[in-house]
Amino acid sequence: MTIKYKSIKEIKNMISNKEISNKEVIQEVFSLINEFQDLNAFITLNEENSIKKAEELDNNPSDLPLAGIPIAQKDLFCTKGLRTTCGSNILNNFIPPYSATVIENLENAGCISVGKTNMDEFAMGSSNETSFFGNVKNPWGKNLVPGGSSGGAASAVAAGLVPAATGTDTGGSIRQPASLCGITGIKPTYGRVSRWGMIAFASSLDQAGPMARTAEDCAFMLNEMCSHDEKDTTSLDNEIPDFQENLNSSLKGRKIGIVKDLDLSSLNDDVVEIYQNSLKEFESMGAELVDISLPHLSLSVPAYYVVAPAECSSNLSRFDGVKFGMRSEDAKDLEELYVKTRSEGFGDEVKRRILIGSYVLSAGYYDAYYKKAQQVRRLIKNDFENVFKNIDVIMTPTTRGPAFKIGSKGDDPIQMYLEDLFTISANLAGLPAMSLPNGNIENKPIGLQIIGNFLDENTILNFAHMFQNETNWHMYTPEGIIQ
Amino acid sequence: MSWETVIGLEIHVQLSTKSKLFSGGSTEFGAESNTHVDLIDMGLPGVLPVANKEAFYKAIRFGLATGANINQTSSFDRKNYFYPDLPKGYQITQMAQPIVEKGSIKIAVDDYEKEINITRAHLEEDAGKSIHDMFEGETGVDLNRAGTPLLEIVSEPEISSAKEAVAYFKAIRQLVTFLDICDGNMAQGSMRCDVNVSIKKSGDKELGTRAELKNINSFKFIEKAINFEIDRQIKLIENGESIVQETRLYDSEKNETRSMRSKEEANDYRYFPCPDLLPVIISDKELKEIKENLPELPEEKEIRYINEIGLDESEAKIISSSKTMANMFEEASSKTDDAKLIAKWLVGDISALLNKDNIDIDESNLSAENFGKLIERISDGTISGKIAKSVLEEVWETASDVDEIIQSKGLVQIQDESILEDIAKKVIESNPDQVSAYKAGKDKLFGFFVGQIMKETQGKANPKAVNEILKDLLK
Repeated sequence: MTIKYKSIKEIKNMISNKEISNKEVIQEVFSLINEFQDLNAFITLNEENSIKKAEELDNNPSDLPLAGIPIAQKDLFCTKGLRTTCGSNILNNFIPPYSATVIENLENAGCISVGKTNMDEFAMGSSNETSFFGNVKNPWGKNLVPGGSSGGAASAVAAGLVPAATGTDTGGSIRQPASLCGITGIKPTYGRVSRWGMIAFASSLDQAGPMARTAEDCAFMLNEMCSHDEKDTTSLDNEIPDFQENLNSSLKGRKIGIVKDLDLSSLNDDVVEIYQNSLKEFESMGAELVDISLPHLSLSVPAYYVVAPAECSSNLSRFDGVKFGMRSEDAKDLEELYVKTRSEGFGDEVKRRILIGSYVLSAGYYDAYYKKAQQVRRLIKNDFENVFKNIDVIMTPTTRGPAFKIGSKGDDPIQMYLEDLFTISANLAGLPAMSLPNGNIENKPIGLQIIGNFLDENTILNFAHMFQNETNWHMYTPEGIIQ
Repeated sequence: MSWETVIGLEIHVQLSTKSKLFSGGSTEFGAESNTHVDLIDMGLPGVLPVANKEAFYKAIRFGLATGANINQTSSFDRKNYFYPDLPKGYQITQMAQPIVEKGSIKIAVDDYEKEINITRAHLEEDAGKSIHDMFEGETGVDLNRAGTPLLEIVSEPEISSAKEAVAYFKAIRQLVTFLDICDGNMAQGSMRCDVNVSIKKSGDKELGTRAELKNINSFKFIEKAINFEIDRQIKLIENGESIVQETRLYDSEKNETRSMRSKEEANDYRYFPCPDLLPVIISDKELKEIKENLPELPEEKEIRYINEIGLDESEAKIISSSKTMANMFEEASSKTDDAKLIAKWLVGDISALLNKDNIDIDESNLSAENFGKLIERISDGTISGKIAKSVLEEVWETASDVDEIIQSKGLVQIQDESILEDIAKKVIESNPDQVSAYKAGKDKLFGFFVGQIMKETQGKANPKAVNEILKDLLK
């Protein structure tokens, strides 16, 4: 009896049918993590506490929704008493005195946080190569990147070490690694999940979400992650639905928007073919394809690379060596304390974005860059509002291609930034979006992106679940298809 | 050559809210270092600010009292700079949409009055304190103050002298204390100010280059710093040099200002809208409630004291000039109907004691409650006016309770007429010569008999009763 590659639903059943004890589940998780440690998916493990919690559950069984389910937490969420690094040297020694609301919500639902997953430093990156703790490897090929920034999370779930993980998505950091690792992940509407305790990259774009094997598990996780939180004024107080409610609704007559403005010619032929096959699959389930226009879509990458660095340049100012985190040893005065701590503490990509952000906010440039980017953002939002009057979802490929080789985009940040071409607009507009596996190219998985209307996670989960009922791309693992 | 001075003030007023502007941390002054600091005040990774509505309500009171526009939608921006006592590396402030805009306040200087326009008043968080003198070769940081709500009140550059600047600061202080939005305590830093000073030739339209004087926290220093700065600028220009736009620090020990940083060295604060905070919206209902509950302001009090209570104009002005004085008057008014009596004490004896000690009424040992008791004991005849003066002096020194002083020193006035009559008879018997002289028409000697009785009773005899008894016995 193994939990490897099992979904949350399956592990829940195994526990409740007494096929496996809580302790055995957790012990197997740690032996799998150990076996696959060359994936470098985890930065910090929480083994002792996890085993203890599992033992308690064996003694006092619980009917909480996630009781005993092992979850890997992205190392960007503060976890009380458990080191939280955000993938950075500057937080190498940081042990938070409090937990993020997401962590509390999940743990209150009974889950066991088995460890903290590796990630691009401060979530800035699309390949997990910027982590201070070394790059994560994709279980589909040891020379491949897992995507980023939630690369550790995607790698751990794809390798079957845990059934689900938390991720965060600022420009595609859940969806892109989900696509490259062949798993399902969703970024909900901005404000659905509290940002309290999430170490901020770009506050107006950051949103947490689940990464799992199936859309159904994602919905299940989302039910526990979302809450209105008074500690986060950007957290929405709209009613939170049961995200599993509509999973099986018929797609007959539902409308899928196909973005005319998207130039697919630059994509790998296989990506286009896989994408079109998926659309045919949806048509066969009764859905209709509708051409839509998002005229400002092409501006989303430049707008994003102004707004996100601007916010990050300010958000990361608190890492100054004064109060917490690392402090350079040999600073002679205050100026040196700042310069040396931040020079030694941050990696190149983080420094690059702080520089870009400081530049676009500086006197004389604010109007030309930051203000302009916010105006573009408004236009992109309006574009989406218009099209969603007539359609249910929008579909695009999640990424331009499957996982690329570690080091292959090393010197060209622009190439790396274009990785997020399809995903960024959902963050700029605050819309829910997900990625689910829809094909393989040379035994490397690739994903389909479904973008939904504001607060309408249920519809995209419905489309994704129906697709997973009809196809088995989500059942593929690096070791072949699971039954 | 004659010169005109142009001054603008930025006054930082610490709002007296229970908790900080963006956290539940306490704002109490004087606690042990770093004990009133929560996760948010520390700027820990992952924390988020939540705006304190109470601070908005207090800011709105100020806006309403100065006839300003209240922006019912106001927003927060980040002002980015590095300093050890600024935990997040940025200060959250209101740059683009302040809560209050375009008000004005009246000031009185010597023999004239003037209206000073207020450009804006915005909310922002205070920084912590860097402590340079406690650890050898190291700087300590105390974050207790970090996040305390400040209302920054920015005047138009319409102030023309150091005296006017002081009058303006005093007017703002009087107003914020009456509004109950700040304790006005300058020594604890509840009010601090930055002063922009420039000079120009009389009649010139264009403003001169200004210097900003930082962080001055007493009336005396405002006046001195400005006067020093005006002299410095005039000398420079008259020597053919030019003024550099810069920030200068006032050194109260040397009475001089010196350069802190020039415009070139100034921070680029990279202001941008704070993405963690949504704009704060004040509803019509909230605004109406604040309006209806606005406390009575000094001018309104003055008019009421004159028209309804019948005080003299000068009395009304003095009593309504400070919140503490007005509170004393109102507390005592609940003990007696004799408003003139209360006014006489406040304007007379108490003002004299204040002048003697050169202090403000809120710095004295006299509480409104104790003053009320003093007036009550005078008007119910427990003590005479003369005894009351000695009681007041004791309160002034020791802050003891009025009733306790009266009891412990046995100062209760002798009212009993039979006792007083016995004493009077004794006095008459032992002074036969004076009695004859009085009866022969030397009326002035009446005071001699009163004095003798007072001497016998250590001043505790009720003077009115003594008069009547003596008149009767000496007939």
